[in-house]
Amino acid sequence: MSDDGKLVADVIARHGHEPSRLLQVLVELQEALGWLPPGVLTQVAGGLGLSRAHVEGVAGFYSFLHARPVGRYRVLFSDNVTDRMLGAPALMEALCGKLWVERGKVSEDGLVSVDTTSCTGMCDQGPALLVNGRPLTRLNHARVNQIAELIRRQEPLAAWPAELFHVDDNIRRRDALLGSSQRPGEALKAAVMRGREGWLEEMRAANLRGRGGAGFTTAVKWMACRDAPGAGKVVVCNADEGEPGTFKDRVLLTSFADLVFEGMTLAAWATGAQRGFLYLRGEYRYLLEPLRAVLARRRNAGLLGRGILGETGFDFDIDIHLGAGAYVCGEETALLESLEGRRGTPRIRPPFPVTHGYKGRPTVVNNVETLAKTTLIAINGGAAFAATGTAQSTGTKLLSISGDCAYPGIYEYPFGVTIERVLEDCGASDVQAVQVGGASGVTLAGYEFHRRIAFEDVPTAGAFMVFDSSRDMFAVARNFVHFFAHESCGFCTPCRVGTSLLQGYMDKLASGHGAMMDLADIEWIDRLLKNASHCGLGSSAPNPVLDTLLKFRPAYERRLQHLDFAPAFDLDAALATARRMTGRDDPGAHLDTTQEATP
Amino acid sequence: MDTAASEVSRPKLRVATTSLAGCFGCHMSLLDIDEHLFELAQLVDFDRSPITDIKHCGPCDVGLIEGGVCNAENVHVLREFRRNCKILVAVGACAVNGGLPAQRNHLDLGACLQQVYQFRDGVAQPQIPNDPELPLLLDKVHPIHEVVRIDYFVPGCPPSGEALWKFLTDLIAGRTPRLSHPLLHYD
Repeated sequence: MSDDGKLVADVIARHGHEPSRLLQVLVELQEALGWLPPGVLTQVAGGLGLSRAHVEGVAGFYSFLHARPVGRYRVLFSDNVTDRMLGAPALMEALCGKLWVERGKVSEDGLVSVDTTSCTGMCDQGPALLVNGRPLTRLNHARVNQIAELIRRQEPLAAWPAELFHVDDNIRRRDALLGSSQRPGEALKAAVMRGREGWLEEMRAANLRGRGGAGFTTAVKWMACRDAPGAGKVVVCNADEGEPGTFKDRVLLTSFADLVFEGMTLAAWATGAQRGFLYLRGEYRYLLEPLRAVLARRRNAGLLGRGILGETGFDFDIDIHLGAGAYVCGEETALLESLEGRRGTPRIRPPFPVTHGYKGRPTVVNNVETLAKTTLIAINGGAAFAATGTAQSTGTKLLSISGDCAYPGIYEYPFGVTIERVLEDCGASDVQAVQVGGASGVTLAGYEFHRRIAFEDVPTAGAFMVFDSSRDMFAVARNFVHFFAHESCGFCTPCRVGTSLLQGYMDKLASGHGAMMDLADIEWIDRLLKNASHCGLGSSAPNPVLDTLLKFRPAYERRLQHLDFAPAFDLDAALATARRMTGRDDPGAHLDTTQEATP
Repeated sequence: MDTAASEVSRPKLRVATTSLAGCFGCHMSLLDIDEHLFELAQLVDFDRSPITDIKHCGPCDVGLIEGGVCNAENVHVLREFRRNCKILVAVGACAVNGGLPAQRNHLDLGACLQQVYQFRDGVAQPQIPNDPELPLLLDKVHPIHEVVRIDYFVPGCPPSGEALWKFLTDLIAGRTPRLSHPLLHYD
């Protein structure tokens, strides 16, 4: 323990005993120790001047932080519906069998644990898993055998074959952004030449809207931050890409990181911010070192730091913060809470982050893709940017395409592209439905495939999951409902209880106890979630159910066993223990289970 | 009593009440409406209820259920009420959520019975009671809406007499019952 004690002291000292670094401290300690023992939490609390309860509250909030011992190898299968469609459940069962471990438990020798996690953003190359935080893609039985063997031999992760960890970009269609051949600094030079005001003018002309889903006009956000009173303005890049089915930000951070950081620097030039954070989701931890290398290179090139491009007063630098497995942190105010080292609980808005953001300072929070797009505006001007796309949705959009299609991957289209066109390009046939915008998005049925990707019609953060006619749309919706119940932050009752009730009803239908009454109850809970939740997680959680109930209702109705009401459990079986303990088997020791159906 | 006079022409509602896995606290709360009891007697007739001692429920307008479902007998009674009552109401925390009796749900029923009837200090002839007269326990205690369809829920442990009166008068007058915030506020 004294070794651990020294390690903890070192890490805390490296983070300057700064309480807002709590999450980063915990992430680092866990990487070193495997888990966070009680003594370590106490020492961290002392070292950062926080209460023990606060530290434990934070450690307990994030899925990837463990306050209990875990296996030396922690295997987490991505549980998005696309992984499931590619056979993830059978592969997980096979791995559990080979390692003699029960799902969700640590093996008796403490060697390994196997469980599921929310979408890891590898939908175009699934089924995928994380082993000690590192992604493995394209799982099949051969790979599962290989992984089981490596774990049994206790091979350190560093010695595992590198090809296991290979992640592809799968860029299938390039347009303005992915086809851009700009050099690092080129966009920044152009913007600095225009001056801060001139640069904002171009942004205004471009009418760029946020690519994270909400579609707020970026120039308006930047101007509001610039004009907000208060020093120490901040630019945050939201790379907490947690929406199931979305992986475009992963590709941008892998192969276009310069564009992302340059976009952040452009935002700093416009707003006068001096500090930047990239909030990187825990699932993309493997990108941390490459991203840090890009930052170092940009510092050396004078593109970050003091007096950027020789411009006096243009000081800006970027830190990378790691998330630890919490979808809700993609919500900008929850992300700010997390950046400040707390539980990722969304704040009440207003005030908005542009006036009261990181540590109460004026803060711009933009999506990865949004920031990368600003480099195009800097180089070619706002008018050129606004020339593509539609009237209210200028420029291009990256789509993360997965599911039942021949060529899953990243496609860049000008806004206004029809669903039909996209399906044709990605080699999808016999399509029953498309889930646009991820679990919180919209389910489109065949009769809607003429609709267009644009804020005016079908808005999206980029996920595009394809389901052919062999898929059960009830199972798809149920997978998303489980996702929301797992990811609800627990802060507000409508969402915490509502998502879990909804999950209960979907499971009731799935287990063959469905009754007509359940559909009415589901619709009632949907309304409650939509209207009473504290943030967008709860209000969008019923979306997949609302849409599939409207467009694929028979998928629900065929599961109904009763036309009125049925319990979710077998009443007679619920007496089995008592029968066994009393040795009774008389008629009074049984319950007629057909009776509930009679009105 | 001119208000009562105008009600005379209206047929009285028939109301049944029972306590399943409850403590009769909700029934006590019903008695707590004090002088409104006289008014209530003008407005409703009681069917099966501790007030009448009628043993089985006949056709009714309203059934008030206190308590959750912990054994086979509770299931039979609850089903009888559902068969006979046009409107079935979950009254109080136990009926709505399982309440205090549901605290046993994290224990294994078999172990529980053994602990009480076989392993407890001073038990002379260890034997888990098995008389067919006794209803068997369910392995878990359930809120009543998990066993039959329920139309209304009145929370509270117990709901105050005032809340029950408001609920019943709404129902009798033909308004969808609605408890305002003060009647749902417990701290």
